[in-house]
Amino acid sequence: MNQINKITIITKREFGEYIGSPIAYIFLIAYLLLSGIITFTLGNLFERNEASLWVFFSWMPWLLLFFAPAIGMRLWAEEKKSGTIEFLLTLPITPIQAIIGKFLGSWFFLIIAILLSFPMIITVNLLGSPDNGAIVTGYLGCFLLSGTYLAIVCLASSLTKNQVSAFILAFSICLVLILIGYPPVTDILARWLEPRTIEGIANFSILAHFDSFERGMIDTRDFIYFFSLMIFSLFLNDLAIKNARA
Amino acid sequence: MIKVENLYKSFLDIPVLKDLSFEVAQGEVLGFLGPNGAGKSTTMRIITGFLQADSGKVLVCDHDIAKNPVEAKKMLGYLPESAASYHVMRVDTFLDFTAAIRGLTKQEKKRSIERVVDLCNLGSVIYKPIEHLSKGFRQRVGLAQALIHDPGVLILDEATDGLDPNQKHEVRSLINRIAQTKAIIFSTHILEEMENICTRAIVIHQGQIVANGTPASFRQETPTGRLDDFFLSITKQKNHQNRLLQT
Repeated sequence: MNQINKITIITKREFGEYIGSPIAYIFLIAYLLLSGIITFTLGNLFERNEASLWVFFSWMPWLLLFFAPAIGMRLWAEEKKSGTIEFLLTLPITPIQAIIGKFLGSWFFLIIAILLSFPMIITVNLLGSPDNGAIVTGYLGCFLLSGTYLAIVCLASSLTKNQVSAFILAFSICLVLILIGYPPVTDILARWLEPRTIEGIANFSILAHFDSFERGMIDTRDFIYFFSLMIFSLFLNDLAIKNARA
Repeated sequence: MIKVENLYKSFLDIPVLKDLSFEVAQGEVLGFLGPNGAGKSTTMRIITGFLQADSGKVLVCDHDIAKNPVEAKKMLGYLPESAASYHVMRVDTFLDFTAAIRGLTKQEKKRSIERVVDLCNLGSVIYKPIEHLSKGFRQRVGLAQALIHDPGVLILDEATDGLDPNQKHEVRSLINRIAQTKAIIFSTHILEEMENICTRAIVIHQGQIVANGTPASFRQETPTGRLDDFFLSITKQKNHQNRLLQT
C-alpha cells in the first residue's frame, strides 16, 4: 500500500472525529457567529457602502488565532494523555505519515468551517457587484493562514500532554507572528530600531503575507512563506515525536 | 519469530533494561513476569517499535524493528497496557480503521472484522462507541484490533488486567485457541494465569532476566512447590545481591 493511502486513512479518521464530536460543532457555530458579528456590526459592512468582504478577511488572522488552536490542540496532546499514541505509532506507518494525516484532517475541518461563511459572498453579491476575484484570493489566503496556524498548533500539541498548555503555546507563537508586522507594535519598535530592521522583521509577519491575498493579489512569495512555515512546524513536530520515543 | 539480543535502555540516565536477550518461537506463549517497574512494558514497547532501545537488536519475523520498522510492525499485533483505543469511535469504525491501515482490501476487511468480532465476542456492542463500553469489552476491543490482520506475533501487555474471573477465563481460552500458529508474549502479575496460558516464562527484575523456564520447573525450585514462593525468593535474592554489591 502506498504512502498517500495511509495518510488518507489517518486524515479520514481524524476528520471523522471532528464531525462526530459535539464540541467541534460548538466551535463551528461560535466561529460563524463571531465572524458574522465582526463583519456586519464591528466592520459596518452596510454603512461602508462598499461591496467587498475586505472587513471579513482583515479580521481573519485574529479570529483564527483563537479557533485554530481550539480545533487543533487535541491532535497530539490527547493521544499522549489517553495512551493511544502507543497504538497509533505501533501501526505499520511512519510517524511522518501520522503527522501529515492528522494535520490534514484538522485542516480540512477548518477549511469547511471557513467555507460555511458563504452566505456573506451571496449577501455582497446581492447588494452590489463586488470583485469576486478578490473574494476568491481572500478565501485562498484564509485557507493558507489556517493551515499555517494549525501546523504550529500540531507542533505545540506534540510537546505536551495537556491540551490547555498546547492551546496557550500555539496561541502565543501565532500571536507573535502577527504582532511583528502589526503597525501599533512596529511603531513602538521604531523608537529603538532602524526602519530597515523593522521592515526586515515585519517581513516575517503573517500579516505582511496575508495582506496581498486580501487585496486580490497572488504572489508566489506568499505561498512560499505559508508553506515553508507549515513544513517547518511539521518537521519540528516529527522531531518532538521522535524525541519522545528515544 | 521474536529475537531480542542484548537490549539496553535507560530513561534520564536511570538504566531500565540491562542486557536483555531472549527468543520466542512459533507455538510458544512466553509469560513476562516481574514486579512493577521491572521493565516488562518497556521491553514490549521496544519490541513493538514504540520506543527505541539505546543498544541491542530486536527481530520480528527476521525484520529488524529499528532498521525496517514498517515491515516488522506488519508482522505483529499489539495490545498496549490498559488497551488504549479511540474512545469516541464506534467498535466497528475503529476495527475498520485498523484493518484499513493494515492494508486489508475491502473484502478482506469485512471477513477479518467478522472473524475478530466472533473470536472476541463483540457482536452485542459492535455499533456502540468504545467510551460507553465496560472495561472488559474495551480490553476485548483491544484484542480484536491486535488480531485483525491475523499476525504471526502477538504482544499482549496485561491483557487480563481489570477483567472479572469469567472474562479472564474467556481471554485465556482465546489465547489458547490461537496460540499454535503464533508467537505470543503475555505480561501478567498473576502467577496462576501464567501457569494456565504460558508454555514458558521469564522473570524480569530490575531490567534483567532472573529466571527462564516452564512454570513447572519454577515450582520444582522451591521446597513448597508454590509459584509465589518462587517469585518472592527470586526477586528478594536479587535485591539482596544488589545490596551486597552496593556495600
